[in-house]
Amino acid sequence: MAFSPRTRRVVGAAMTGATYSAAALAIIPLVAILLMLVMKGAGSLDWNFFTKSAVPVGEPGGGFAHAIVGTLLIVGVAAAIGIPIGVGAGIYLAEFGGGIVGWLVRFVADTLNGIPSILIGVFAWTLVVRPTGRFTALAGSVALACILVPIVARTTEEMVRLVPNSLREAALALGYPRWRTSLTVVARTARAGIITGCLVAVSRVSGETAPLLFTALGNQFFSTNLLQPIAALPLQVYYYALGPYEEWHRQAWAGALVLILMVLLLGILARLATRSRHERA
Amino acid sequence: MTALAPEQPLARAPRISSAERWRDLRIVSRGDAIYRVALLALALLLPLLLVAIVGGLVVGAWPAIKQFQFGFLTHSVWDPVAGKFGALPLIFGTIYSSLVAMIIAVPLALGAAIFLTEFAPRWMRTPVGTLIELLAGVPSVIYGLWGLFVLIPLLRDVIWPVIKPAVHWLPFFSGPFYGPSVLAGGTILAIMVLPYVAAVSREVLRAVPPSQREAALALGATRWEAVWTVVLPYGRAGIFGAVVLGLGRALGETMAVTMLIGNRHEISLSLVQPGYTIAAAVANEFAEAVSSMHLSALVYCGLVLFVITVLVNAAARWLIWRVARGSAAGSAAV
Repeated sequence: MAFSPRTRRVVGAAMTGATYSAAALAIIPLVAILLMLVMKGAGSLDWNFFTKSAVPVGEPGGGFAHAIVGTLLIVGVAAAIGIPIGVGAGIYLAEFGGGIVGWLVRFVADTLNGIPSILIGVFAWTLVVRPTGRFTALAGSVALACILVPIVARTTEEMVRLVPNSLREAALALGYPRWRTSLTVVARTARAGIITGCLVAVSRVSGETAPLLFTALGNQFFSTNLLQPIAALPLQVYYYALGPYEEWHRQAWAGALVLILMVLLLGILARLATRSRHERA
Repeated sequence: MTALAPEQPLARAPRISSAERWRDLRIVSRGDAIYRVALLALALLLPLLLVAIVGGLVVGAWPAIKQFQFGFLTHSVWDPVAGKFGALPLIFGTIYSSLVAMIIAVPLALGAAIFLTEFAPRWMRTPVGTLIELLAGVPSVIYGLWGLFVLIPLLRDVIWPVIKPAVHWLPFFSGPFYGPSVLAGGTILAIMVLPYVAAVSREVLRAVPPSQREAALALGATRWEAVWTVVLPYGRAGIFGAVVLGLGRALGETMAVTMLIGNRHEISLSLVQPGYTIAAAVANEFAEAVSSMHLSALVYCGLVLFVITVLVNAAARWLIWRVARGSAAGSAAV
């Protein structure tokens, strides 16, 4: 290099400093968002918020109970549809997925992962809403399940692959058929990892808004009917944020705080599950 | 000695790939056959789903495809009431806002990734990495809410008055700034894709063998020179892949952009003017479409977005796969 040692040291220090500030700048938004959520949202989290549904503008004491229950319901049904398919596909990929079919399924799962979630909403609308002629909670669940399946499949595959072959061989040597080996030994060993993958996927899906816009639609009233439009936390935050009323904005912040707590809690739970697994191993 | 003839190997090759794992054990039972077929059926649901999604989009878009053909992509009038639809402003807005986002996000994301793999004290790496990953998990609607009530006022009332005299003559900053704009949408997109690009680049940089760095340091390079001349070139393709993957995300991002970009069907280079994206248009207009042709035109837009994002993602995967074959980076990228 033609530069003097001094210049090189200075450039090095400057660039190192630049990466420090880049990392800081990357984290500032997270801190800012969390701070704002707590500052603006925490004050509105009272008993009413969790037990009452929306009330007409001007009346005091409305809450988000309908939206919280709606989200739990939509995500629960989506998980019930999507997780078995995803886990099954993931085990297939890890245990039998060496051939062309495995390659195809893997490629398709990655492609599905990259599709914008709004398009999944359009698809669920075509599949469920248009034929039945109305917006339903079930359509929302189908949309979210479509997002869940590829994520769960890929993480399950990763986790099952980590199981050492010697375990398989030991079980087979004891005379277990392959299906029992796969289910009771391999999948069981990978269980913590699979659960983590499912939690991560569910946490990602529970914050999704776009696929629900024209499937679950939203609802101002409390409903647990899967065949009717239903409220969801992210939808409610979206509608209230864009609404013209101060009171709505206040509740949107509170709803967002609950939503992010839910999502982060699931994410942290997932991380804890894998950590304890590694510590035992 | 005679018992072991040389043509009878003691043990067969112990290296068994995952494909051959079961093939060597030739016991066939009915349970196994059922198990395998059942799992195969579940796995095949994924290709089926992809085919159904493409099919659904094409069928939904068909009336619009038949009527507007490819002229749809180059016309810029969008008038649902008159039945005139052209998607150029939406396509332009989608690409433009994503580019703005990438210009802001990429340097910061790379800096953060380099910091985390090369310079950060060891105790700091995991917590900061986890924080950045958590940032990637924040729901899009929350970014939108924050952008609406914090970012837009900040840009409009604090930053714009300061920079306006200096940049107002540029075509990128012409016109009045009311708040919802390409700049606001692009900035929120940048904040959203930044942790994503940072996390994937971090995986790529981690996959660079330590011996590469050590070799550079042994030749007398400073730590920065080792990063700049050895580590980054080594991970070049993967980093590029991470950036393209982030771009794919930005192109399809819906909620936050819908809330911040202003939603106006017009092509303007000015960052302070409102714009529109495909995803935002679908989100806004789909449930309230005035005619079946309007609906079909929106699905046509969705099909265009689908093609763009699938191509971008495939390119990104290919780039990452090239550097990180078999390492964790490829799978963590998803």
